[in-house]
Amino acid sequence: MSRADTELPGREEGLQLLRGMQRIRRFEDRAAELYSAMKIRGFLHLYNGQEAVAVGVLQALHEDDAVVATYREHGHALAAGLPMGEVMAELYGREQGSSGGRGGSMHIFDAEHRFYGGQAIVAGGLPLAVGLALADQMQHRPRVTACFFGEGAAAEGEFHEALNLAALWTLPVLFVCENNLYAMGTALGRSQAETDIHARAGGYGIESTALDGMDVVAVAAAARAAVTGIREDGKPRFLECHTYRFRAHSMFDAQLYRPREEIEAWKKRCPIMGLRQRLLAAELATEADFAALEQDIEAEVEAAVAFAEAGSWEPVEQLASHVMTEREA
Amino acid sequence: MADFLMPSLGADMDEGTLVQWEVAPGDTVRRGQVVAVVETAKGAIDVEIFRDGVVEELLVEPGTTVPVGQPIARLRECGEAEPTPGPAPAPATATAEPDTARVRASPAARRQAEALGIDLEALAGSGPDGAITLEDVGRAGSARESMAEAVAPAPAKPAAPGRPVDIRGAIAAAMSRAKREIPHYYLGHWVDLSPANEWLADWNASHPVAERLLPAVLMLRAVALAAARFPDFNGFWRDGKFVAGDGVHVGTAISLRRGGLVAPALKNADRHSLPELMDAFRDLVGRARAGRLTGSELLGGTITVSSLGEQGVEEVYPVIYPPQVAIVGFGTPVERPWVVGGRIEPRWLVRATLAADHRVSDGRRGALFLEAVTGLLQEPETL
Amino acid sequence: MSAARTTYREAVRAAIRAALLDDERVFLMGEDVGSYGGCFGVSKGLLEEFGPERIRDTPLSESGFTGAGIGAALGGMRPIVEIMTVNFSLLALDQIVNSAATIRHMSDGQFSVPLVIRMATGAGRQLAAQHSHSLESFYAHVPGIRVVAPATLEDARGMLPAALADPDPVVIFEHTSLYNLEGELAEDAGAVDLDRAAIRRPGRDVTLVTHGGSLAKTLAAAATLAEEGIEAEVIDLRSLRPLDDATIIASVSRTRRAVMVDEGWRTMSLAAELVTRIVEQAFYELDAPLARVCTAEVPIPYPAHLEQAALPSADKIVAAARRLTGG
Repeated sequence: MSRADTELPGREEGLQLLRGMQRIRRFEDRAAELYSAMKIRGFLHLYNGQEAVAVGVLQALHEDDAVVATYREHGHALAAGLPMGEVMAELYGREQGSSGGRGGSMHIFDAEHRFYGGQAIVAGGLPLAVGLALADQMQHRPRVTACFFGEGAAAEGEFHEALNLAALWTLPVLFVCENNLYAMGTALGRSQAETDIHARAGGYGIESTALDGMDVVAVAAAARAAVTGIREDGKPRFLECHTYRFRAHSMFDAQLYRPREEIEAWKKRCPIMGLRQRLLAAELATEADFAALEQDIEAEVEAAVAFAEAGSWEPVEQLASHVMTEREA
Repeated sequence: MADFLMPSLGADMDEGTLVQWEVAPGDTVRRGQVVAVVETAKGAIDVEIFRDGVVEELLVEPGTTVPVGQPIARLRECGEAEPTPGPAPAPATATAEPDTARVRASPAARRQAEALGIDLEALAGSGPDGAITLEDVGRAGSARESMAEAVAPAPAKPAAPGRPVDIRGAIAAAMSRAKREIPHYYLGHWVDLSPANEWLADWNASHPVAERLLPAVLMLRAVALAAARFPDFNGFWRDGKFVAGDGVHVGTAISLRRGGLVAPALKNADRHSLPELMDAFRDLVGRARAGRLTGSELLGGTITVSSLGEQGVEEVYPVIYPPQVAIVGFGTPVERPWVVGGRIEPRWLVRATLAADHRVSDGRRGALFLEAVTGLLQEPETL
Repeated sequence: MSAARTTYREAVRAAIRAALLDDERVFLMGEDVGSYGGCFGVSKGLLEEFGPERIRDTPLSESGFTGAGIGAALGGMRPIVEIMTVNFSLLALDQIVNSAATIRHMSDGQFSVPLVIRMATGAGRQLAAQHSHSLESFYAHVPGIRVVAPATLEDARGMLPAALADPDPVVIFEHTSLYNLEGELAEDAGAVDLDRAAIRRPGRDVTLVTHGGSLAKTLAAAATLAEEGIEAEVIDLRSLRPLDDATIIASVSRTRRAVMVDEGWRTMSLAAELVTRIVEQAFYELDAPLARVCTAEVPIPYPAHLEQAALPSADKIVAAARRLTGG
């Protein structure tokens, strides 16, 4: 499978996909900077390099579909339509953040966008996605739940339990494995006997596809096909997107586990640069279009930072609120 | 390092026999703690220590008779280095000794004791592991505070079996001295007990068993109040002159089951209410019979009451307990015809007697004193 | 009000059945809840009445189906997840602790998880060391979930509907020794409160605090103590999280003595938590040290005599209470 296999969409959609990825990239770079400036603390897992997956998959979903993501989910949140300022404010821990500042980088939630986190236990989100889909099925709602996870999750029991349940009960889940080759610092080949993750899904009778996760056009096409299939027969689908994170696992990571040359080689396959080149080559867009886009995004990111900066801290008095639902006395 | 000496528990104590040690070398001891039981001519007495420290060495084996003033143990001060050769001792700050002498009492008992101003160290515990419970504190009442000053804890365990007590010898010595040295004079007076009995019946009907009063306590209280008003009956004859007591500490003669008599003191009996006195009296009787009185209790009386209770004898001519100067006796109450307002009525009477030291007082003062005692008993509500 | 003879098992079943009839969002999910009729026979007959959609047999995937229950609750359903025993629930601990308990707080109240998890707990049936433990304290430790332990027919019938009505995750512990408990239950019995402990026997000399399967032993101990003149007050916690401090503290402040009876192991136990709270809130009311009667710190052994030796018993409770009351 190569880029040439996927048909380039028109200018409008092409620029839309580019904008989606570029927003994430710029957001993440700015977040890294703010982390270094100690504006953001805790763990910060950046999505650079993997933008095509979130953007490609989520453009295929409808508004009332659900998303369950991982702790590397800023990209998914932005692609799912969460306001950038609220996402940045969440990274800051401000009460104006998506989760009121309580979750931080790893736990972005948004009820309006049916964005169910921000799940930081590897594979922990898969059973939740199965349950959300079960609820839809039992209530006869034609909705899809997209569930993102890394290849490391495939080693967890919950991965297998969830795939089995989804297949057994014919649940409308789109499983999206973002195979970036490393579970933190452990290479896939060093930790899993079967490195072909999508073959595992096949073992549960789930229709699965492996594809180039650096090609947003390919991802978008595959996702559309999968979602269409799910809506037709209600059965789960599984996408394995081969991708790569350009940055470290989290900010405090010396990357001793992978050679610099490998990183450089993957960077040559940057999904943003790739799409730009193809748009230019097909004369669907110009450098001036890109410059205008970048300028727009720069302004949006800076506005998001300003929003986060201007945000407030949740009063300590509210520490225990929402542990349980507040009841009337 | 300090020596712990065989204490002098009374002017007439020359020597004592160590019955048992309550501490062992290495134990931390606190001021007021009972460290040994010593048999004296007056009976076995819990001996308390008057300084904090750590027991370094016990110098005397149980069974040994030792003259007063001889060292019987060596004591190291808290924090003082052990005198053993070897590496330099750790700094004193690093060896805070645990407060092992702390009385075992429940939190509720502690709070109640604090509220009532009761010294827990004077109480015997009935709770788990001999801990003092709320009930124990309630029983003791606030009277225990001053009565138990400098009194060491009285553990709930029974007296050591086979502990020899030469009570008879002690009585012999004291009474011989009394009759040899004290010029007694005697007065007697009938007291109509009817008002007191009626008052007591009312009280006891309206209070639970634990708070009921005995007639003996009314008598103790009456003597205490009278002694406070007549200080020349309250104190000691010492070195050829009268020394007034530092408070009214009423010794109460208690007969022991195995024979003999002791007269431990209810301290400051004039300053405590009847229920408080009752509690203290009950506690004292219990411990006297268990052989667990402390020296200051045995020797602290400033005047004594001898009450014959139900023994059936109408009158007692008591012998003063030296170096005290007076003793009041009460016979067994009897029902007798009695003239009241010109009519003969059956009445409960008790014969009150006074034996006093003629070196200190004379019959006229004695009559006023005894009159005061009997007058108080006529008006029990004032007690 | 008419009452009928029933068992604890039937009372739980009646509660599930009523919930299924009342609310179409309710469904039961777990291992062997359908065709088998439930590991302890609780759901017997429900599959026939409600069908496999709502009486949903699951694979042996505790984490998977518990997580699915959480997801379904997030998606608007009212799932009842049955986990065979608390020992097996450890496989689902991740979902219960990391997901169910956290999502509401972590999402700043945007999502709550109206999930009910039922599981059997406790020893006494010679099921040895992997089917017999009482791990209620594991769950009672966790903020974000409620933990209850029905010990009576009324609570077996009434706690489930109350839990389903609760917007937050509720874990219900059913002690295996209780399923055959028989008695009268009012025919119109329904939801009960989940908040308050209950005084099952009043007394003034010592408080015995217990829950679940230990209630019967504790009441038996109280009866023995009464013959000796010691009037024990027996508190059934009912709710293990949150704990009803008010009832416990009020009782201990009256009796001034307390024994915790807890089938969990002593170390880091529910009993330990109770002791701590009493000391924190009623230290100066106490007239004796607090005591605990817990399970011996061993994995529960198979032979009956060893199992019984390990567990709290009426005799052990009597001995502990006697000691505190100076008997």
